[in-house]
Amino acid sequence: MSSPIIQVENLCKDYVISHQGGTENYQTLRDTVSSWFKKSKIKNHASSRGLEIFHALKDVSFEVQQGEVLGIIGRNGAGKSTLLKILSRITEPTHGKVRLRGRVASLLEVGTGFHGELTGRENIFLNGAILGMTRAEIKKKFDEIVDFSGVEKFLDTPVKRYSSGMYVRLAFAVAAHLEPEILIVDEVLAVGDVAFQQKCLGKMKDVSASEGRTVLFVSHNLAAVRQLCSRALLLEKGSLTAHGSVHSILSAYGQSMEEGAPLAVPRPTPDLLERAYTSALRLETLDGGSLSFARVGESWRVRLRITVCQPLKEFVASVGLVTSEGIGLQTVWSAPAEMTPGDYEYVFTQTEVALAADSYKLIVGLSAENRSIQQFEATRVEITGENPLIVCPATSGYGLVLNSMQVSMDRI
Amino acid sequence: MLKPSGKSIPKTLNQPEEIIIERGRAARHYWMDLWRYRELFAILAWRDISVRYKQTVLGVLWAILPPFLTMIIMTVIFAKVAGLPSQGSAPYAIMVFAGMLPWQLFANALGSSGNSLVGNAHLISKVYFPRLIVPGAAIAVSLADFVISLAILAVLLAWYQFLPSLQILSLPFFLVLALLAALGPGLLLTALNVTYRDFRFIVPFITQLGLYLSPVGFSAEVVREKIGDTFYLLYALNPMVGVIEGFRWCILGQSPFPTLELGLSLVTTTFFLWIGIRVFRSTEKNFADII
Repeated sequence: MSSPIIQVENLCKDYVISHQGGTENYQTLRDTVSSWFKKSKIKNHASSRGLEIFHALKDVSFEVQQGEVLGIIGRNGAGKSTLLKILSRITEPTHGKVRLRGRVASLLEVGTGFHGELTGRENIFLNGAILGMTRAEIKKKFDEIVDFSGVEKFLDTPVKRYSSGMYVRLAFAVAAHLEPEILIVDEVLAVGDVAFQQKCLGKMKDVSASEGRTVLFVSHNLAAVRQLCSRALLLEKGSLTAHGSVHSILSAYGQSMEEGAPLAVPRPTPDLLERAYTSALRLETLDGGSLSFARVGESWRVRLRITVCQPLKEFVASVGLVTSEGIGLQTVWSAPAEMTPGDYEYVFTQTEVALAADSYKLIVGLSAENRSIQQFEATRVEITGENPLIVCPATSGYGLVLNSMQVSMDRI
Repeated sequence: MLKPSGKSIPKTLNQPEEIIIERGRAARHYWMDLWRYRELFAILAWRDISVRYKQTVLGVLWAILPPFLTMIIMTVIFAKVAGLPSQGSAPYAIMVFAGMLPWQLFANALGSSGNSLVGNAHLISKVYFPRLIVPGAAIAVSLADFVISLAILAVLLAWYQFLPSLQILSLPFFLVLALLAALGPGLLLTALNVTYRDFRFIVPFITQLGLYLSPVGFSAEVVREKIGDTFYLLYALNPMVGVIEGFRWCILGQSPFPTLELGLSLVTTTFFLWIGIRVFRSTEKNFADII
């Protein structure tokens, strides 16, 4: 076997973060000048300002073979994006070494460098050049790109007049026609409609299978990872905790999420402390085991604990599911009730599960007398696995609900 | 290890290059990379030029009006009010404009390169390319306005029926010198601007003061007479003194070749370029983290 196309050895990345408030995290000259005069006490100075070293990546090592599609999964803040940024040479590692044997193109966002004032045609050239294509390459593929995007009618319209869907389509079309040996993709499929997402996934699959390209793919969408990747990495708090086949990693990820149960709930504000707030939240299977992703067709329930601080009339707790594009799927309200101060537990049970494999957002809301008290996005619910009832995956492999339609054909 | 499945994997067309990422390693192929990304350089410059006058009513007039009006005001103030002499038989307005040309180029180039990195923050945090391209392309954009100003010069020359000397053929040399004089401080300012946003306030200040510290509205000869030779040496450390006098030598051909000014200008320009590139290169790898 030839040497691996990507070799990562003991990669570390540290950031200095400031705990001192303020949204502006850039220094002013005055801060630095004043620190020169305190150089002897610089350590003191640093800690008094609340500076802290944050280890975004800790000693990560792995290898990727040519033609492999590697999924990188992990929770928010696990270091996935930092890893991709180092691999795409946007930022430097603090320690460690990466060896890349081939051209790298990274797609950390859709439409990097798109300029609103320029037309679609102009932006294809601009974006292509930014992603590392030569003018000749873009020219050669121009028609293919336009075809793939499906926006040929608007090629000479400034992209600021595009709908967001058209914008994303055009941007991905350019990216999909890159020809690097290594393609790095971060979460870009979180945008765009489902049909287009599937088209992109298909294109990426083609690219790796028929052209021998290596793809690194980061996504929260476990269904997409399962569909696209053969192998995967699991990152947790900056460390690489597992590396192997996509199935084993996805189940390891499930376990790691279960260990982390119950789910985080927002800290109540002083205002909420006077009225009512969510004190605990748990997603679990019907026999009481905690879970973070359900298999297609599996039942699950949400256990919601609330604390009521003052008497409330017509109190309602609700749970809703929203697709990752923000389309509401269902909302369930409890019956309005009069509440006295105390702790309560609601259980929402989902039995007839008709949702297709995808990533969904769980929204929790509390209200009294028709006025909202608290509302937040609690977690992502991953529903994984093949969609068993889909009759003909080649033509209808996507959708929000499981297929319950019967198909028949007669010659007439 | 996973074997790539049975399908034959086509040999990559180009010999696969090996990239090594390590702390402090980026330097290795830097200048080669810069050359490889020349198309990006061209396309970024083209983007800025084509976007520049979009959604304006006056459009390109914005490139013509400011230097033209400044020229008129300076001519009135320095020639009529202060009664300063021109160079030889050259009309005062043309002498002023011959100085305005490189000055505007310098001021535009410095302004746009000084803000270029922060202005392209979205690119820097998402894609790799040699960052020098960004201020470089910004400077190239100021050439567009320069070309338009050259057209105004042609009109002025025709209006005054003033025939420039053959020395005008050496104008490109001074043009490059003006760009390099802007590139050095531009690199320095844009790199510092990434960490300290203080520097974005410095650029307008420099260009405002510089207009009076450089012999734009009057000839350098007038300055030399008033402040004496010793202080004039200090004055000519401003790299634009040599460039402006060089432009006048090319276009008007009324004064001796500005050897002293040019020499000093080359020294300070080289110095700033050296510092600018050094600071830029040493901070470049952290741009994405702090921008």
